[in-house]
Amino acid sequence: MNSDVLQVRDLQVRYHTARGPVKAVEHVNLSLREGERMGLVGESGSGKSTLVMSILRLIKPPGFVEAGEIWMTGLNSPDYPAEPTSGDRVRINLLSLSTEEMRRIRLARIGLITQGSMNSLNPVARVEDQLIDGMRAHGVRLSGREAKSKVSEFLGQVGLRPEVARMYPHELSGGMKQRVCIAIAASLRPKVIIADEPTSALDVVVQSRVIETLHRIQVTLNSSMILVGHDMGLMAQSVERLAVMYAGRVVEVSPVTDIFANPLHPYTRLLIASLPSFEHRGEFHGIPGLPPSLLEKMEGCPFHPRCPSVMDRCRSEEPILRDVDSNREAACHLL
Amino acid sequence: MTPLLEAKSVTRVFKRGAFGRGFLIALEDFSLTIKGEKPTITAIVGESGSGKTTLANILAGLLPCTKGQVLYEGKNLKQMSGTEWHRFRREVQVIFQDPFEVYNPFYKVDHALTTPIDKFHLAESKRQRTELIGQALEAVGLRTEETLGRFPHELSGGQRQRVMVARALLTRPRLIIADEPVSMVDASMRATILESLRHLELERGISIIYITHDLATAYQISQNIVVLYSGSVAEAGDVRLVIQQPQHPYTVLLVASVARADPTRRWAVETEGSELASPANLLKGCKFSNRCPFVMQQCLERAPQLFRTDSRRATACYRYKDFPILPSSELETAFASGDVDMDA
Repeated sequence: MNSDVLQVRDLQVRYHTARGPVKAVEHVNLSLREGERMGLVGESGSGKSTLVMSILRLIKPPGFVEAGEIWMTGLNSPDYPAEPTSGDRVRINLLSLSTEEMRRIRLARIGLITQGSMNSLNPVARVEDQLIDGMRAHGVRLSGREAKSKVSEFLGQVGLRPEVARMYPHELSGGMKQRVCIAIAASLRPKVIIADEPTSALDVVVQSRVIETLHRIQVTLNSSMILVGHDMGLMAQSVERLAVMYAGRVVEVSPVTDIFANPLHPYTRLLIASLPSFEHRGEFHGIPGLPPSLLEKMEGCPFHPRCPSVMDRCRSEEPILRDVDSNREAACHLL
Repeated sequence: MTPLLEAKSVTRVFKRGAFGRGFLIALEDFSLTIKGEKPTITAIVGESGSGKTTLANILAGLLPCTKGQVLYEGKNLKQMSGTEWHRFRREVQVIFQDPFEVYNPFYKVDHALTTPIDKFHLAESKRQRTELIGQALEAVGLRTEETLGRFPHELSGGQRQRVMVARALLTRPRLIIADEPVSMVDASMRATILESLRHLELERGISIIYITHDLATAYQISQNIVVLYSGSVAEAGDVRLVIQQPQHPYTVLLVASVARADPTRRWAVETEGSELASPANLLKGCKFSNRCPFVMQQCLERAPQLFRTDSRRATACYRYKDFPILPSSELETAFASGDVDMDA
């Protein structure tokens, strides 16, 4: 239990729209272990981005975290100059921090890379200046020479050549820009790296390179990572544990090898079956139906209208996420 | 028999920079024939910048080519009369990548479906119009009552893209050019849309040019594949040969980089990056030479032609120079015939 770096407890996030509250995240419990790479998959609108953005407290109105706790462990690290709290291995509820305290946690403790990260680079600043900008904003004082050596260290970590330091973003390809963003996110050696669809905008060849870079950084820093996406292939190749989200809920959490060999939740099973493979031609099927509207009140299991193994109980009673095995959890009445 | 659609040595150059002094060859000496006797799905794959979308636009007559010509039933697109052009427009339909941008947000989705009917006079009465729309929506697995009367923003990306497929169906086309139709759609919906495309081919006899960067879906639905790299054909032929035993070093890399949904099989990662090397389209020889692990002196001097390495495949690489040269205009002779023989 104590080896969890991050614990999300009973989190509830809603977007208050003119047509009523959109229940984007409903009673989510999730924990991230130390040094672990965890995947978070789901269709668009399943709440995966909302969940990770709430961890960073970057949910903007009309979205609000309505309830829940997000505990982060081990906030002490020698590389971080301005300590938000003192003491060894403290646990803090991120949702209780002040805005300024939270600002210091971001980047220093939790690094973020998004799909659009590469477009957030400043087009009129050189890569080297942007790499250390974040460190400076977090109170790290660097001499000119120190800054130079940091920059080349960071670039080396993400597999970019030292010349890149003097370049402007438009001189780089998409994959290179995304790796610069990984270098920035890792610059303060965060305990947790959140990568929200980091490669969705990239070509396959570049994609594998960017994911491997992330992987290497995560191992070097011994941090934990949450990889958000909808590409099950990418998940199979890069994470250890996988959480599947559907309609704002986590419906299954399992080690990645188990989930592909034997998916527990019917949604996970159909999701895997919908993937085109290189082995069997002409054998892939979409999931019939559509995800439910998060505006309306749901009766029973959110997946029941599309579920091939639906029972009477599913229509009235919502299944909760519970332990199925020593290391697997699922929310389904079948189990 | 005159082929349905034919691209003959098509080259497209874009001018860049001030006063048009710079230029970019988006597509070079590209030939492709869609016979149309039997319906086929031909996949064209490549990464961003390989010329896929330029090709789609040229084949659809939306972009003129710098050199070469595109023929529809033997008629040059540039020399068509008004009536012929009108017919071409009806018989060749395009499905674009972005299901969010193609709709006018001020109109209900019905508008996207009624416009082609009015434009091509496909229905004689309002009732017939409604019938046609109903049939087209049904063909792509949408329910009329859940789709019509809504605004685009009220539908999901997958639904919107399926309405676009239905729209393309209305005109009873002979050829559909689908430019990345599923790249912006969720994985679970992807399969549904591709299934409906395959049904069109099987049941309605419509040929499809499927343009994509996704090798796995190309493998699933097409018979033949053309791998483009930087505006030139790297490898082409029977999809099973090309994907299962790729020959061109670029195809090998592409196939190996696909993230397979199987945690026990690791993917390959290209470690030696050449992302900063000079742009491929400025290279004199083979465009892949600055990334190729097998590069030879010959590759730097002159770009390789297509070599016919198999009865159903051609590869543009000097590693296969002992095989006979296949003129690019005869590319389709390396294609598998239109038989739809899916693996049992």
